[in-house]
Amino acid sequence: MLNLRIVKAHRYFSIPAAVAGVPILAVCIGGLIPLVYLSIKALSAEGTALMQIVFRWRNARLFLNTLLLTSGVLVLNLLLATPAAWLTSRMDLKGRHLWTVLCALPLAIPGYVTAYALLALGGNTGIVAQFFGTSIPRLSGYWGSLLALSAYTSPYLFLNLRTALLGLDPNLEESARSLGYNHYEAFFYVILPQLRPAFYASGLIISLHVLGDFGVVSLMRYETFSYALYTEYTLSFDHIYAAWLALMLLIFTGGLLYLETKLLNQVTLHRAGHGTTGQPSLIEPGAWGIPAYLYLSVLIFLVVVVPTGAVFLWIFRGFDVSALGGLLEALIGSLSAAIPTGILCALLAVPFAYISVRHPSGISNALGRVAYIVYAIPPLAFALSLIFFVLNVVPFIYKTLLVLISACALHFLAEAIGPVRSSLYQVSPNLEEAARSLGYSRVQSFFRTVFPVLIRGMLTATALVFLATMKELPLTFLLSPAGYETLALNVWSYTTEAMFAEAAPYALAILVFSGVFVGILIYRDESPENR
Amino acid sequence: MFTNRISMFNYILPVLLLFTVIGAVHAETLTVYSGRSKSLVEPIIKQFEQETGIEVKVSYANTTQLAVTLLTEGDKSPAALFWAQDAGALGAVSKKEMFEKLPESILGQVPSDFRDANGLWVATSGRARVLSYSPERVKMEELPQSVFDLVQPMWKDRVGWAPTNASFQAFVTALRMQVGEERTEEWLRGMKANGVKKYAKNTPIIEALAAGEIDLGLPNHYYLLRFKKGNSSYPVAQTFFKAGDPGNLVNVAGIGVLKSSDNKAAAVRFVAFLLSPKAQQYFTSDVFEYPVIEGVIPNANLLPLSELLELAPTFDLNQMDDLEGTVDLLRGVEIL
Repeated sequence: MLNLRIVKAHRYFSIPAAVAGVPILAVCIGGLIPLVYLSIKALSAEGTALMQIVFRWRNARLFLNTLLLTSGVLVLNLLLATPAAWLTSRMDLKGRHLWTVLCALPLAIPGYVTAYALLALGGNTGIVAQFFGTSIPRLSGYWGSLLALSAYTSPYLFLNLRTALLGLDPNLEESARSLGYNHYEAFFYVILPQLRPAFYASGLIISLHVLGDFGVVSLMRYETFSYALYTEYTLSFDHIYAAWLALMLLIFTGGLLYLETKLLNQVTLHRAGHGTTGQPSLIEPGAWGIPAYLYLSVLIFLVVVVPTGAVFLWIFRGFDVSALGGLLEALIGSLSAAIPTGILCALLAVPFAYISVRHPSGISNALGRVAYIVYAIPPLAFALSLIFFVLNVVPFIYKTLLVLISACALHFLAEAIGPVRSSLYQVSPNLEEAARSLGYSRVQSFFRTVFPVLIRGMLTATALVFLATMKELPLTFLLSPAGYETLALNVWSYTTEAMFAEAAPYALAILVFSGVFVGILIYRDESPENR
Repeated sequence: MFTNRISMFNYILPVLLLFTVIGAVHAETLTVYSGRSKSLVEPIIKQFEQETGIEVKVSYANTTQLAVTLLTEGDKSPAALFWAQDAGALGAVSKKEMFEKLPESILGQVPSDFRDANGLWVATSGRARVLSYSPERVKMEELPQSVFDLVQPMWKDRVGWAPTNASFQAFVTALRMQVGEERTEEWLRGMKANGVKKYAKNTPIIEALAAGEIDLGLPNHYYLLRFKKGNSSYPVAQTFFKAGDPGNLVNVAGIGVLKSSDNKAAAVRFVAFLLSPKAQQYFTSDVFEYPVIEGVIPNANLLPLSELLELAPTFDLNQMDDLEGTVDLLRGVEIL
């Protein structure tokens, strides 16, 4: 009897909160290590030295630069990705799937490759000067960083908006039209407000990318918090100022997280519940066809052709065959980190998604944010504190792949939770209850009912994390075993020495491997049985 | 299906651990922390591996960063050798007594200017700081005669440097020794006020000169020569300041064996290999640096060493161990 009562209270859920709690706790501890380490380091400064560190004029400038860049990227992304998401989801364009894949393709292009391509355009010896005879100044600093980071983060907004647009209740728009709104009014007063959650979620992910980026800003020579943090970490002997910079950056990202939660809460207050999600009717392009195709072409040119252009140019100028020997080793290195990280993240995402969907409460909401807070810890600060922790607590795993994979998994977990959670929403809890009542055990009913649907979300999560890990630099820099090679490390080290012929095969391998993954990702989502 | 999933979950971690262990015990290996770029030294390391059968695992990073890492790791460091881009970083590590004394057979091969006075590290090649410039935008007669001239208004927003680079920091250390803290700081502030542009490394300085972003730069001598090898009309040139100017500092790349190394014999063998005629010839013929032993065919593209030493400021590389002081100074004036 007692047993039955407890089960009833939990509504037959196959994963009890306590079981889900174990991996969640592990992630929390993993995320706590850096915070503790940074605080100890930061507070180890003496009083006057502390004042000098915290109230430096430079901090204000770094703050302003970081703020300007983050807002700039968000605004530019809105302009670039919103129309593209609308066009590819609502307008009956030819090759809609292909356009979609192309718009998502920047996911496969590392930001520093884009930055390099932009740098290569301008200047007296630049591509523009060679092909058109007149030189344009090299893009660098704010504008260079803005363009490179916007191109590289645009798919996050694009994909989120598209999913939201496809999931909209078409009846709402139709009622709006029937009440006398024209197309534009319906879009601005009815559709756009419903897209707010998608805007906020992708805005957060994009901001975190900008805040954590170091490759683009260092190539473009634009000083943000992470750029200063990297310099400070690599060159200072005490790391106190580095810890302060990391904490300031964390406060910044904490503010963003808070803002996003606030904004999101407002939205849900006004939301009118879920209606039907029928197939939205596609709009005939008509006279708008040509501008639509033109817009998409320009967008693809900016976010795909220009960023990859440099790589193809390097290849045409001279493909260094002797570099191919190292290519296999680097590929294996990249995959041996990216695949386990992807799988680990997808597995870790399940309990996070599960408690937020099945056991919603203040605590589960707060725990859900933990992954985002860990994501928001600057990768360099994260790596630094892990080095310190590992050396002092578990020195025998120092400089092993295990540390690198754990670090990447903790860092990228936030990217994996979204897709897993959305797929979980599609499983009615009644199904689980039915399975339990038919005599299946907790675990069996989970794998019979939830898992088959969940696996979709998990695959998407694995792919997303795989893509992110393939491009990853700062964590790999600091945590990888000696002699460990990845494609990204090779691209970085050869391009910074201007050895483009040597860099080209590695860059191409990242593009091809990740590009194929992006293709699979989109086509799977686009297939009719997935709707 | 369900059992499959569980077992997959259960064996991921053990398998990863197993790989790690296999990686750790497999063959005779040597771990090197290299502040020298992979692109410059990888070929010669490969040759060492072929000849000795010893596998070399290299962590490539910024020289100063590796020095800091070594100090953090202390005796737990997995590294056997530290190969640095400049004497300053080697000095900083040897000051913390992390280097093992090298055998006389090795020390005896290089002149005393090119090794640590206590025999804790040896130079592997020599290099000079130079003034690189755009011959299109700077006339010969305009070229500054001293680094101190670079703060003049005519060079406003036209100069580039790489303050995070260890060779640049070694130059600043030398400057502090030569003209004192105050004058060095004044010069650094003057440069900053004059709009000097920061680059991450030496190579981007050369690229920026070619692109027209800057007109003068302060790199090491061999970077441009590598560009010229591929394209002899590359639109950048380089020269020296007047004889004895601190801007002409001659520095070394060098290596030391760490006390934490668990295979010191192999580590010493690696050092001996780098001083062999074959490796030294590679450094001068392919990397355009100066050899540190006798009997190497000089590279015709390089100014002969004797002439270079006449231009260089007289300086004892052994005094350059105050890297920390230099980094603090650069941070103090907010260049770093």
